[in-house]
Amino acid sequence: MSVASDTDSTPQRGGIMRLWYDSEARQVIIQIFTIAVLFALVFYLVRNAVINLDAIGKSLGFDFLFQPANYDINQSFLEYDSRSSNLKAAIVGLLNTFLVAGLGIFIATIVGFVMGVLRLSKNFLMNRLVYCYVEAMRNVPVLLWILLVHGFIVVNMPGPRQALGLGESFFFSNRGINMPSPLPEPLFWATAITFILGVIGAIVFKRYAKKIQDETGKILPVLYVSFGLIVVLPVIVYFITGAPLNWETPAMQGFNFQGGYVVKPELIALTLALALYTSAFIAETVRSGILAVNYGQTEAAGALGLRNNRTLQLVVIPQAMRVIVPPLTSQYLNLTKNSSLAIAIGYMDITATLGGITLNQTGREMECMILVMAIYLCISLAVSSFMNWYNNRIKLIER
Amino acid sequence: MKLKSILVAGAALAMTATVANAATLEDVKASGELNCIVTTGLVGFAYTDANGRWNGFDVDFCRATAAAVLGDGEKVKFVPTTGKTRFTALSSGEGDILYRNTTVTMSRDADLKLTFLGVNYYDGQGFMVSKALGVTSAKQLNGASVCIQTGTTTELNLADYFRAQGMSYEPVPIETNEEARTNYLSGRCDVYTTDASGLAASRATFESPKDHILLPEIISKEPLGPAVRQGDDAWADATRWVLNALIEAEEFGITSANADEMAANPPNPTVARILGVEGNYGEMVGLDNQWALRAIKAVGNYGEIFDRNIGPNTEIGLERGLNALWTNGGILYAPPIR
Repeated sequence: MSVASDTDSTPQRGGIMRLWYDSEARQVIIQIFTIAVLFALVFYLVRNAVINLDAIGKSLGFDFLFQPANYDINQSFLEYDSRSSNLKAAIVGLLNTFLVAGLGIFIATIVGFVMGVLRLSKNFLMNRLVYCYVEAMRNVPVLLWILLVHGFIVVNMPGPRQALGLGESFFFSNRGINMPSPLPEPLFWATAITFILGVIGAIVFKRYAKKIQDETGKILPVLYVSFGLIVVLPVIVYFITGAPLNWETPAMQGFNFQGGYVVKPELIALTLALALYTSAFIAETVRSGILAVNYGQTEAAGALGLRNNRTLQLVVIPQAMRVIVPPLTSQYLNLTKNSSLAIAIGYMDITATLGGITLNQTGREMECMILVMAIYLCISLAVSSFMNWYNNRIKLIER
Repeated sequence: MKLKSILVAGAALAMTATVANAATLEDVKASGELNCIVTTGLVGFAYTDANGRWNGFDVDFCRATAAAVLGDGEKVKFVPTTGKTRFTALSSGEGDILYRNTTVTMSRDADLKLTFLGVNYYDGQGFMVSKALGVTSAKQLNGASVCIQTGTTTELNLADYFRAQGMSYEPVPIETNEEARTNYLSGRCDVYTTDASGLAASRATFESPKDHILLPEIISKEPLGPAVRQGDDAWADATRWVLNALIEAEEFGITSANADEMAANPPNPTVARILGVEGNYGEMVGLDNQWALRAIKAVGNYGEIFDRNIGPNTEIGLERGLNALWTNGGILYAPPIR
């Protein structure tokens, strides 16, 4: 855009309108105007809320957070009872959100990558089966999957008295999965410390192996050494110290199993449904990422004498990741936000505690909703900044 | 210049920010329709029948209110809500009046900015269990899984009760009565707890109601009553006296069948005042003097409403109990219309 010629050719107009015919000035005016309208809109909405709250005699305040919640929560990682504050109830809910989002992302990633690779399989049956899986999962609303899985567990599984047992330790019923919990004895710390040292040792050895490979081309057996350090060594220490770990097995007592850990049907249903639903999208992302790598790359690797699995590992996947990671980030964000559908089956996440029961029992709609929205925003921003960091790490380094 | 006029228009728009209206009576009359907040479905209290028509105890009070205010008991739009959405629906103006098995409490009155109009059902929280469990008292429920509707007073009572008894339980939170039914019947929870009337109503819809019992303990007072938004006295007065008139009508023997006859030939001055033959009580609350006559003709008096929807001869089979008139050993007692 040439600015000078514009001003020359404009017809003579008085005063301020001259600016309008200057394309640079015009852009500035339009931007200022847009910002002004945006602020006016925000101002209007806030003012409307304040006036309406005032009209029904309510004031904004967050004191309720420190008053007793008065309700119980069935799944809590913290010491929580009905005398704890609303704030603590919110934190318990937030941890439950983290749990379901974390588990969901973990399972969805593994299933999604496997499905995405299988989708490209030359085996006709495998290819079609995965195709059906992907289309079925991603074309039905996730809420229906959640309700379906939950309904299946609650209606079709037997009650706790007729629970399906796996040995004397695992029980499956419509109250969830009961499993033993570990009861470490004092000497168990030796095993734990060996494990931590093993992990550190494995990391150090991997760096050393890379250095050796860079210098001499010699490949050290990283996998076997790591396995030995992380798994075999702690197991040996564990038995030398006399197996200092007991298990508390669940036992039927009264209405429910007592002792051990329980995974509730709400958690199972929500995690499975979210993970499988999202895995279908991840599978498609992975497939597109792999297809985006030019076949010439595979041929070139073959010409250099790399075997098939090394080609995939060293040539195709690193390049595919550059295409996969950005859409993968939005799938992770979707899964995290979709976890708020927990409310449909009574899983006590942040939406169900702070945005549900606390909101309702205290009547602080505005405050609770603002907090819940801010929390989801923070979680999403945290996930996406981590993924951006990862994306920067793996992206093509241009020289 | 165009720019300036847009700015002016925008500013004007910002000035006319909508404010919650405090003249509900005029609004309802003008729109010709009463928005009545009810439950999403509880047999006997508010539910849609096979033809899609709303029926029930609370629904009849909505119709009576519409008959008194608008002259036609059918001019009601029902707004179904869950335990969690009901107060927001009322305070946001989505509904004009709330008849939804709602317990009158101090914090709801004062902090949630509601105005309660009275009590139309005296209730208490009970427990329902399957007979097969062999439980006979709520004190034996240690360790049980309990289905509980979120956002209700019963949720808070439950926590208090188990805490006071030193017992543990697993709360299974649910949103609607229908969800509770599914979870309870499939065995996800051992116990369903809510107002005893609600338990009886739910049980009536089970395939074999006799396999389930209500435990003897009633752990709370649950006076259920209608509410309107705080700060609208004219509307609160009009609707409060519709409720009172229906209770007084039972006390003085006015029924939907004999109302016209009694209006033509009032047996005593009280009946004459209720039916608008004497005085101008209807006008005092912004209605006309046939307000109560129309309400009674539309749905009957309190006793008729009770018997038709939840009384001993219905599937739900609730006794009058506390809800009998004060003259019959209950505590149902309406201030006089005079």
